[in-house]
Amino acid sequence: MLALRKQRQASTVASGHNVKYPQPTTRQAHMSSHGIRDKVAIVGMGCTQFGEHWDRSVDDMLTDAAHDAYASAGVTQDDIDAFWLGTMGSGVSGLTLSKPLQLDYKPVTRLENMCATGSEAFRNAAYAVASGAYDMVMAIGVEKLKDSGYSGLTGARPPSDGTDSTITAPATFSLLAPAYAHKYGLDEETMKEVLTRIAWKNHRNGSLNPRAQFRKEVAKETIAGSPLIAGPLGIFDCSGVSDGSAAAVLVRAEDAHKYCDNPLYIKALSFASGPATGALDSTYDYTTFREVVASAAEAYKQAGITDPRSQIAMAEVHDCFTPTELVLMEDLGFAERGLGWKEAMAGTFDLDGDLPVNPDGGLKSFGHPIGASGLRMLFECWLQLRGQAPPERQIPSVTEQGKTLGLTHNLGGQPGAAVSFVSVVGSELG
Amino acid sequence: MGRGIIAYGAYVPYWRLDRSKITAAMGSGGGRGHRAVASYDEDTTTMGVEAARNALRGSEIVPDSVLFSTANPAYMDKTNASAIHAALDLPQSSWAVDAGGAPRSSEAIWALAAANRGTNLAVAADLRTGRPTSGDEAGGGDGAAAFVFGDDSVSPVLCEWLGGAVATAEFTDRYRQPGDAYSRIWEERFGEQVYLPLANDAIERALADAGVGLDAIDKIAIVGLHARAVRGLSRVAGDKLVGDLTGEIGNTGTAHAAIVLAAVLDEAAPGETILLVHLADGATADVLRTTDAIADHAPYAPVRSQINRGNDGLDYNKFLTWRGFLDREPPRRPDPERPGAPPAFRSEDWKYAFVGSRDRSSGAIHLPPMRVSMEGGAVDDMERVRMADVPATIATFTVDRLAFSLSPPMVAVVIDYDGGGRFQAEMTDVDPDEVRIGDRVEMTFRRLYSAEGIHNYFWKARPAAG
Repeated sequence: MLALRKQRQASTVASGHNVKYPQPTTRQAHMSSHGIRDKVAIVGMGCTQFGEHWDRSVDDMLTDAAHDAYASAGVTQDDIDAFWLGTMGSGVSGLTLSKPLQLDYKPVTRLENMCATGSEAFRNAAYAVASGAYDMVMAIGVEKLKDSGYSGLTGARPPSDGTDSTITAPATFSLLAPAYAHKYGLDEETMKEVLTRIAWKNHRNGSLNPRAQFRKEVAKETIAGSPLIAGPLGIFDCSGVSDGSAAAVLVRAEDAHKYCDNPLYIKALSFASGPATGALDSTYDYTTFREVVASAAEAYKQAGITDPRSQIAMAEVHDCFTPTELVLMEDLGFAERGLGWKEAMAGTFDLDGDLPVNPDGGLKSFGHPIGASGLRMLFECWLQLRGQAPPERQIPSVTEQGKTLGLTHNLGGQPGAAVSFVSVVGSELG
Repeated sequence: MGRGIIAYGAYVPYWRLDRSKITAAMGSGGGRGHRAVASYDEDTTTMGVEAARNALRGSEIVPDSVLFSTANPAYMDKTNASAIHAALDLPQSSWAVDAGGAPRSSEAIWALAAANRGTNLAVAADLRTGRPTSGDEAGGGDGAAAFVFGDDSVSPVLCEWLGGAVATAEFTDRYRQPGDAYSRIWEERFGEQVYLPLANDAIERALADAGVGLDAIDKIAIVGLHARAVRGLSRVAGDKLVGDLTGEIGNTGTAHAAIVLAAVLDEAAPGETILLVHLADGATADVLRTTDAIADHAPYAPVRSQINRGNDGLDYNKFLTWRGFLDREPPRRPDPERPGAPPAFRSEDWKYAFVGSRDRSSGAIHLPPMRVSMEGGAVDDMERVRMADVPATIATFTVDRLAFSLSPPMVAVVIDYDGGGRFQAEMTDVDPDEVRIGDRVEMTFRRLYSAEGIHNYFWKARPAAG
């Protein structure tokens, strides 16, 4: 058994597709996945401001995001053939969308995949277009979290035997921090500085984003000194609990120019749902998300990416908590194992760094209305890669170096038991 | 064929309240010394489980019955012994039954355990409450003890019963109606005057029944919730009197006679004759004698070591909160959900006995048990593996200050068991600032919370003893 485990731990992504930094993983996904590179395009997007919308309902936000997306694509609601609605808990069934939009008996799929729900709506909508089933579809996500009156995330669970872990989301992700520090020899203070800098960067980016929930820079001392929530994580290490909605209009790539001079093409869509063995398997060390490693490898294969760090212009990643972003830099192949913290401290992922990460402020300061977040990430790619981001947060990797690819990464669950989505989108065909 | 006590164990919870903290906070009450305090996640059932585990650890004894007595039951109209039975992973053919109501009820389970054929586990536990500044608050204590009565053929008898006698009377000394959070007590001198003649009568007849004179007794233990009567009776015992531990852990009511006897047996030599007197709504006296086998008996968790391990850092306000006398603001989180009866029934092995599954081909241990192996994917090729007594090491941890907890913050640890297997557990009896990767832990049976009238029992990690 021991020998088997060792062998598995040492294995690398064996897809025949070489990515720059070898990634540890335990199991390989055995699947025939062909991708839909350059077959589907985004021709319009909408995104509400995220925040505490005491004055706006789920219906209001869906209506705003959908009509913003129609306007962006220059189409009407009648042009959309089918809808994919992502929400974790702000409604059930397609009626959640068809009623406020007053849809005329069109198909609406309501789906949920934890915090990756918005991306899952987008993925399934894209496949519907790629299959030829529909000409034009909408992926839309929404979440209304602030009506609950509770702190953090809550959700109804099926009746259980009472033995499931009851620790909160920040606590599950905070398990990464001591494990990472222990493995790579960081003392507590250094680890805290790294996490603080990640929050500081994302708040700084969010300060340049009028749609963000938090639009102020926050001093590092304030971040580091904020009240503790879980482990070393203070309140400023946690993403914003938020209301919001975002939407995208998708068509076949060959039709894209009918609606849009500069569409965004889908290069890769991958999704990995893990066996949830992190809390069972002693070989898992809480310094990685195996699901992210697997979904990244799959996405890079689909998109033909071999060196994500140099080939990608920007990434929107699931920075639900600061240690998550740190580990994601390594899991996504943006930094070598054990060096992600040094890169973060050196500014590699800043707005003007080699590879800007979360230029829109990320979950940290844009906010995290669950069902909307995956589409919000794509919205930033939509703005940045097409030169429509406000000048103050345009990124030199696009404007000066002319890179054309953006990555979004959306995560659900917790370390050791997660679902992970990765997309690559680009402003050019081929 | 000899018959008697073949195993025993006590449980004294980790926390101590320094009685002077009561005086400091309230301006009255309290006193000197400490009382043992059940943690926020303990009740008489969980303490009973821990005592029984201490009794059975390292032995092959499988009791035919679990007899449980307490004056502070976790459930009324539902047997509590069945949870202890489940937590000990005992077979369906073992009996589990409660005898509750008052500390005197503990005598019933002893008598039944001794008299009924087979191997019988008698577990007594109590969690003593009292109104702030009351004598019961300061003088009470929480704990449990378990005694296994059986035949020499099963396991060597450590202590045998020589004889005994009882004296019964109806009088109102202390009283509590169902649902009350504390007991009321009549004027102290009244009880003393009633108890002393009853005790003298019972002792005289017990010695006669055992056929020994008072001079042949080596140790005398006098136990009872009426401190003044116990003190009065103790004067005649002279240097044979053994300490009743009330200064160090308080009086644990239903459990106290058993805890004191366990402490005596922990340090007893072969052939010692012990007179145990129990004052509880009457008087009962028993004469016991240790056997040669006690010389070879090494208790798993001696009472003295548990007393010494106690932590007296508990604040009085926390004590009041744990006992429900202070209602503190909960976090802005949903209330915990009650466990579902059918899912809990389906997972009895896991939830109560902490039994996982081990893949026969790969050896991989799954906690909770799974049908499909995480190593190699074998389906339905698993065997039971009980992990309750397996020590483990912390792989990573966190302190959750947002989660609902009866005593925030919640400490969560990912632990790797010696010999394989991992679990993410809540940790208890620990200072959140002291948790480190690599620390050693062991499992303990606790009540996670109660919701809608259902107690949610499960296992937690605690720092390894010693």
